[in-house]
Amino acid sequence: MAKRVGTEVSLAVADTVKLVNADVISAYPITPQTHIVEHLAELVANGELDANFIPVESEHSAMSACLGSSAVGARTFTATAGQGLELMHEVLYVASSMRLPIIMTVANRALSAPLSVWGDHSDVMAVRDTGWIQIFVENGQEAVDNLLCAFRIGEDPRVLLPVMVHLDGFYLTHVIEPIFMPEQSEVENFVPPNQYPLPLDPNNPVSMGCFAPPVIYAETKWAQEVNLRASKDVILECWNEFGDQFQRHYSPVESYHSEDARVLLLTMGSFSETASLAIDNMRNAGKNVGLLKLRLWRPFPFDEIRQAARNADVLIVLDRAMSPGGPGGPVCSEIKAALYQEEKRPKVVSFIGGLGGRDITIEGFEEIINKGIEISEKGSNQEYEIFGVRE
Amino acid sequence: MIDIKNRLIEIRWHGRGGQGAVTSTELVAQAAINEGKFAQAFPAFGPERRGAPVLAFIRVDNEKPIRIRAEITKPDIVVVLDPTLLRIVNVTSGLSENGILIINTKRSLQDIESSLKIKQQLAIIDATKIAQELLGVPIANTTMIGALIKTTGVVKLESLFEPLKQRFGRLADRNINAMEKAYEETLIRE
Repeated sequence: MAKRVGTEVSLAVADTVKLVNADVISAYPITPQTHIVEHLAELVANGELDANFIPVESEHSAMSACLGSSAVGARTFTATAGQGLELMHEVLYVASSMRLPIIMTVANRALSAPLSVWGDHSDVMAVRDTGWIQIFVENGQEAVDNLLCAFRIGEDPRVLLPVMVHLDGFYLTHVIEPIFMPEQSEVENFVPPNQYPLPLDPNNPVSMGCFAPPVIYAETKWAQEVNLRASKDVILECWNEFGDQFQRHYSPVESYHSEDARVLLLTMGSFSETASLAIDNMRNAGKNVGLLKLRLWRPFPFDEIRQAARNADVLIVLDRAMSPGGPGGPVCSEIKAALYQEEKRPKVVSFIGGLGGRDITIEGFEEIINKGIEISEKGSNQEYEIFGVRE
Repeated sequence: MIDIKNRLIEIRWHGRGGQGAVTSTELVAQAAINEGKFAQAFPAFGPERRGAPVLAFIRVDNEKPIRIRAEITKPDIVVVLDPTLLRIVNVTSGLSENGILIINTKRSLQDIESSLKIKQQLAIIDATKIAQELLGVPIANTTMIGALIKTTGVVKLESLFEPLKQRFGRLADRNINAMEKAYEETLIRE
């Protein structure tokens, strides 16, 4: 039986890496990810986790070391945040292109300058096109559950892709809350051993990440794209089986009182929890509003978004990152694109808020929804609204 | 005593960097979770500096999972770990009308009452003195948990034993003694 414990979410993430018995961890500490890798270093040092912990001088090196360990077939984990994810950037493409199932928890953080250690989704959005599977979580339990799923999905021979699990920095990483930690046997039952099909082996040499002249580059990238899109079936299968085994259920787009709602708010990550309380208040006041929560960011869940938004009049999307000089929040832009060809579609209103660790309260979410409804009725000459900013 | 049965209780701790306010909130949340309740503890993070004013938060709900992910601005309970903060921080900011203010101070209840002039319930304890006596250091964070429990009953005293043992190992007993002494000595103005 799973044990219900009061633990810091970062420690629970590290303990999950122990439960899947990772072989190699290579990471560089950076706020607000620090507690995850500190605890992993501790577990390895005191013999609780039989893994190689490779300390490195930067995140670029951390991800590079992960390439090597994953390529020999070792179960490989790392974690980072904000600037650290940016320093990894070029290596992230190599991981996905070489089809290496590296699993990474990202403690989402704003980007400099000005320096901010606090949370938003600027780091996530900057690595959108790196070819990784990307999953958002909204609380500590989901961080643990989806990390288990990430290992199973990424290492599945039908997938072989790296996976990021996005966890809001501070809002989740530094919170003590109740989490059901699964038993070792339950984890072993759910996450099979990593059996990488073509590992680097001196007795059976292979080349990886070769030079690709124009005659083959596009075919390689297309093969990768076909595979990333196809991974969705495996992700769905994994979440279904997770639900069967653990009775907690996940899907690419999740809803809260959205079925009959005329007005929908869409959020990602931990802010979905606060937003759901605003939905409760507004529904109690007789307003027909609902919430959509985007869990699967890559591969993007086109069908699920279209289905979920179909019957609404207004869809308000709250992004926690900017696209400077661009069309509004990055998630909102993609949702608009996904809905554009639909015959029946809601008016879409883009909001950006919660930047650099700025809280959005329950009342704040109610204000966003009310303002969004007003914009949908009266129109606006701006691409997006920025919430709560002082001018 | 505040009604803690059927609703979310929000607690804000005021301390200074290095005094262990964050640790206190973590321990109380763990105690509540071990009792089968729902709880959340988290710090207000800034550039951490020893001695600078800091905030830490606890939410406890006996029945429902806690969904709110924002700092506490309208607390039911405020705990002040460092008496010098009364001069520089508005510790009662947002404190609910039926709320409770718990202060670590050497001053008398009457003295504090006359200088703060608040309607809310007030409790005091000289936690620094107890900590100095029983722990040998003027770090009153675990001691103040005793005052919090006496005043609010938000968790049971014995629910702290296990979290304190996990956190402090062989030093746990002394911390438990300090917490229990504060529980006995806390003065409450209804």
